[in-house]
Amino acid sequence: MRLLILGVVDAFAVFLIYLFVYDGLWPLALLVTFTTLVINVINLWERLYPLRWMTPALAIILLFVLYPILFTVYTAFTNYSDGHLLTKVQSIRRIGQDTYLPEGGTIYGWTAYRSPEGEYALWLVDAEGNGFVAMPEQTLQPATPGEGEVGAADENGIPASIDGYVRLTLPQIIPILDSQLAPLKFGEPPLTISIKSIREAAQLLPRFVYDAETDSITDQISGVVYTADNSRGFFVSPDGAELAPGYQVTIGWGNFDRLLNSPALRGPFVQVFIWTIVFALFSVVSTFGLGLFLALIYNDPTFRFRKLIRTLLIIPYAVPGVIGILIWRGMLNQHFGVIASNMVKLIGWSPGWFTDPIWSKVGILLVNLWLGFPYMMLVCSGALQSIPKDIYEAAEVDGSNSWNSFWKITLPLLLVAVGPLLIASFTFNFNNFAVIYAYNEGRPPIPNTATPAGYTDILISYTFRLAFESGRGADYGYANAITIVIFMIVAAITLFQYRFMGTWEEISENV
Amino acid sequence: MSEQAIAKPVALPRARAEATQLGSSMRGQRRVRRIGQIIATIFALLFALFPIAWIISAAFNPSSSMATQTFIPPNASTANFTNLFNDPLHPFFLWMWNSTKVAGITAILAVFVTMLTAYAFSRFRFRGRRSLLVTILLIQVFPNLLTMVALFLFLRQIGEYFPSMGLNTHGGLIMVYLGAAMGINIWLMKGYFDSIPRDIDESAAVDGASHWQAFWALIFPLVRPVLAVVGVLAFVGTYNEFILARVLLRSTEQFTLMAGLYLYVDQNFAQSWGIFAAGALIGAIPAAAIYTILQDYIVSGLTQGAVKG
Repeated sequence: MRLLILGVVDAFAVFLIYLFVYDGLWPLALLVTFTTLVINVINLWERLYPLRWMTPALAIILLFVLYPILFTVYTAFTNYSDGHLLTKVQSIRRIGQDTYLPEGGTIYGWTAYRSPEGEYALWLVDAEGNGFVAMPEQTLQPATPGEGEVGAADENGIPASIDGYVRLTLPQIIPILDSQLAPLKFGEPPLTISIKSIREAAQLLPRFVYDAETDSITDQISGVVYTADNSRGFFVSPDGAELAPGYQVTIGWGNFDRLLNSPALRGPFVQVFIWTIVFALFSVVSTFGLGLFLALIYNDPTFRFRKLIRTLLIIPYAVPGVIGILIWRGMLNQHFGVIASNMVKLIGWSPGWFTDPIWSKVGILLVNLWLGFPYMMLVCSGALQSIPKDIYEAAEVDGSNSWNSFWKITLPLLLVAVGPLLIASFTFNFNNFAVIYAYNEGRPPIPNTATPAGYTDILISYTFRLAFESGRGADYGYANAITIVIFMIVAAITLFQYRFMGTWEEISENV
Repeated sequence: MSEQAIAKPVALPRARAEATQLGSSMRGQRRVRRIGQIIATIFALLFALFPIAWIISAAFNPSSSMATQTFIPPNASTANFTNLFNDPLHPFFLWMWNSTKVAGITAILAVFVTMLTAYAFSRFRFRGRRSLLVTILLIQVFPNLLTMVALFLFLRQIGEYFPSMGLNTHGGLIMVYLGAAMGINIWLMKGYFDSIPRDIDESAAVDGASHWQAFWALIFPLVRPVLAVVGVLAFVGTYNEFILARVLLRSTEQFTLMAGLYLYVDQNFAQSWGIFAAGALIGAIPAAAIYTILQDYIVSGLTQGAVKG
């Protein structure tokens, strides 16, 4: 049973690897090869029996967690973008699909047929009088009227029908000639046949021919030679013209170079970077501050209904985040939102929650406070319980008042307990894309930037813009270069967290 | 529950001790503090609950417009719900079904896959075990949101060969969610498996049962609580996820609920406010109910490092 499944997986993998290699998708081919090897080794080698239990988990982690990380790093060093989506092999193949009508090519007389589904076929007769059946995407078939699927011939030697396709008369053909028949390519690419005039059809030839030896493409019409420029991912003619589509190439540190050295790109990046830090920091401080304050109130056992109140205060946390943000987005709505319209009524003014750079940021922090304080309250309540009470009694005996006790005892002990969580919260907010995007999609826009950026964009939403919303075409390579910057920051913070908070030891003990 | 049990025995003697010590000035100070606490509580409750109350009010407002909403609608109606259910451009029930399907399949697969892995980590001793465990945790330092561009390109490429796993498919989305559900859940489950005595497996082995038999017959029934917790966490997390669904799904019919609700914001939010409110209300109920019921479990899971998204 196990071997049977393994066999099916292997067969499928070999098929996939073949396809990926054929299209020059080396990263994917390597991924599938490696994953399949891992699966085979752990399932066949008796010594690795324990890993057999982990087969699905390891495969999922390799494919959907590890590979995307490695692929992010890889594309950061390529020119992967709109215009460079294909591999070189695919690009050559795509360019090779272009055709042209050569002077003095094979000329056929033609008759058109239509199937009940609206598809077309041609009956072609060449200069020697041989007949052929031509259909789109299918090889040209020599045929004789009256044989097989081809209907009997009329007095001109032309069949009345072909395989259920019905012959079209001249009055039927004329209105659809230019609009429907002329654009069709009959026969198998690249050797296709198109209708040239009301009488003639001609064989088309591939316009661009690739020569592997010189790594160049020759235009058969003009004779211009386009040579591969593997540093830019284009085939380029001597006078600088490029053949579209371009292909992916690795460009070394090019994306990082642009990021650091191009003033037009660096400007918004630095602005976004600073706001990312400010946003994450403020979010942690404000949610922790409010959460701790409320936790202290309800830590007082003489406070009535404290359990009920705490449960009510947790509700924002239970609402799906996006829904919560969108509710706020409605309440802050410039013209009709409840907050804006009541502010206008009361003080005659309401800030531009979505249009003003500063107030947009304030609005986001407010919404994030609403989303985040219940979590901090829960965490702080738990941590407060764990502080032994006799410390306070000892402090009281020594004459410490409650203000002093808070700063000298509660806060330090609490920070030790929740410190790692605060750092985790910082990292989380550093990448808190959902809040930024659902609040205002990073707007208002920063004027006059080379790439689109908004005042409330954080790094992760900025990469999203570059990859998916750029007006000048997506630039995946550049977006992933910024992702690498985020990777490094997140890794550094996490390292700090593990080093200084002792989480690392805790994990090691648990293992 | 548990928190009260801890708090009471410590707190009571202290309160009594304080009561005997208190002078009248201290009593006054306490009163001031209590008033401050009550005022803070009122503000906190207003801040936390007003948006919820307002969206409920909007949902039952007879008109969908934001401008005409009052806190208590004079003639409350369910018109917004009727409109929500009958809008062909915003197929609400289809989105609910998509979300339930994606989250349900993700949760079931996540439980099954992490269960097997956690069992192996808990019961077998083999070389590289520790480093593998730590590696699995460390990879999760980079949440999959960070690799969304790579995931997008990956699914687009896969989709050309394997359409049911490509962009704009639930298959692809489920696999991406599944990847994110591995690390922390393997750890969570392994911890629970570790708490079950190994004698149980060993006695089964003595009786000649294979690991697989011992697992299904003896261990599986014992770990069902943690399976439920992991399943519920995976379900709620997936159900609430928004960004990846928005990046990886393209057409309205494929959208999950969160991606779908966002459409109301794109188009004339002030006019479709009431309909959005009705949708938000229904959409929030499953996750909110689960959170409230399983509060304690979720909080303990969260304090181990994961933060809600």
